[in-house]
Amino acid sequence: MSASVEVPTQPDAPPPDPRRRAPGIGTRLVSLVGELCIIAGAVVGLYVVWQLFYTDVVADREQAEVVEDLDWAYTGAITAGDVAEDDGPQVIPAELHLSPDTAPVMDEPGFAETFATFYVPRWGTDYIKPISQGVTRREVLDVLGIGHYPGTGMPGAYGNFAISAHRTTYGKPFNRIAELQEGDALVVQTEEAWYVYRVTEHLIVDPSQVEVIAPNPYDPGAAPDGHYITLTSCHPMYSAAERYIVHGELEYWAPTGNGVPAEILEEIPQP
Amino acid sequence: MIFPAVWRILPGPAWVRFLLVLLLIAAIVAALFQWVYPWFSVTFDIEEASVEAVP
Repeated sequence: MSASVEVPTQPDAPPPDPRRRAPGIGTRLVSLVGELCIIAGAVVGLYVVWQLFYTDVVADREQAEVVEDLDWAYTGAITAGDVAEDDGPQVIPAELHLSPDTAPVMDEPGFAETFATFYVPRWGTDYIKPISQGVTRREVLDVLGIGHYPGTGMPGAYGNFAISAHRTTYGKPFNRIAELQEGDALVVQTEEAWYVYRVTEHLIVDPSQVEVIAPNPYDPGAAPDGHYITLTSCHPMYSAAERYIVHGELEYWAPTGNGVPAEILEEIPQP
Repeated sequence: MIFPAVWRILPGPAWVRFLLVLLLIAAIVAALFQWVYPWFSVTFDIEEASVEAVP
């Protein structure tokens, strides 16, 4: 006679398999941590996909639509080679290259309003991006592309027309800012006029050095002494540690409706 | 733990559950792209192009 009591087993239940019993708390914890790690990895990886690819897709589409909606913006044949020599876009005649001193200056528009387009032959003759008011990221830079620092001069102003844009991601309007060379044309079109600026210098500064957008960037604090343009973007690429700055000066302006500046048709070999 | 639980909660035969899982993942990715990542990028100044606000 045995002292132990036999546990009655149900006749049709299979014998418990020691390998298939419910996992202990340790096992459950480990697998939970493992799953959380997998999820975290996916979320971080997707962030990179979003930042490097998806923001470009969305912003490029948005910015192209904005330009199309501006009925005054020149979006026709930008490449002279696209059309026959004689029926290409009409070029503004030299007598309409007017002195910067007489340049019309529009009033500052409302926040996030698009008021100009930007052409940079160095970045390709098909480069055209809208310029909008404001430099906040969510409303302007991340969606509309190039933003104008509120309070700085408008295009053609005696002072400093200062604009900002992303160098990477979100349509990257200033992606190739480091390729600009002294003398390169920076062309701005508003509803009334074309403004042709020439690059004078570039610098790399700390984000706190706001004097680069002062009315007189060469002598901050002094009264303006020219018609300047300033481009700001991040530096180095994919970082927010510093800012890449390009300065330029107005060469001439011309009223719209008389063709396009020869500068934007200039074919510069692309890298 | 999480993945088996999701599989258990979803109704229907295996292929329906599979489609539901795909749908769920797509919805989560869309929410991340639309709201979570933009918020994160702006809040933590991941890519700032402007010099700081005009004084």
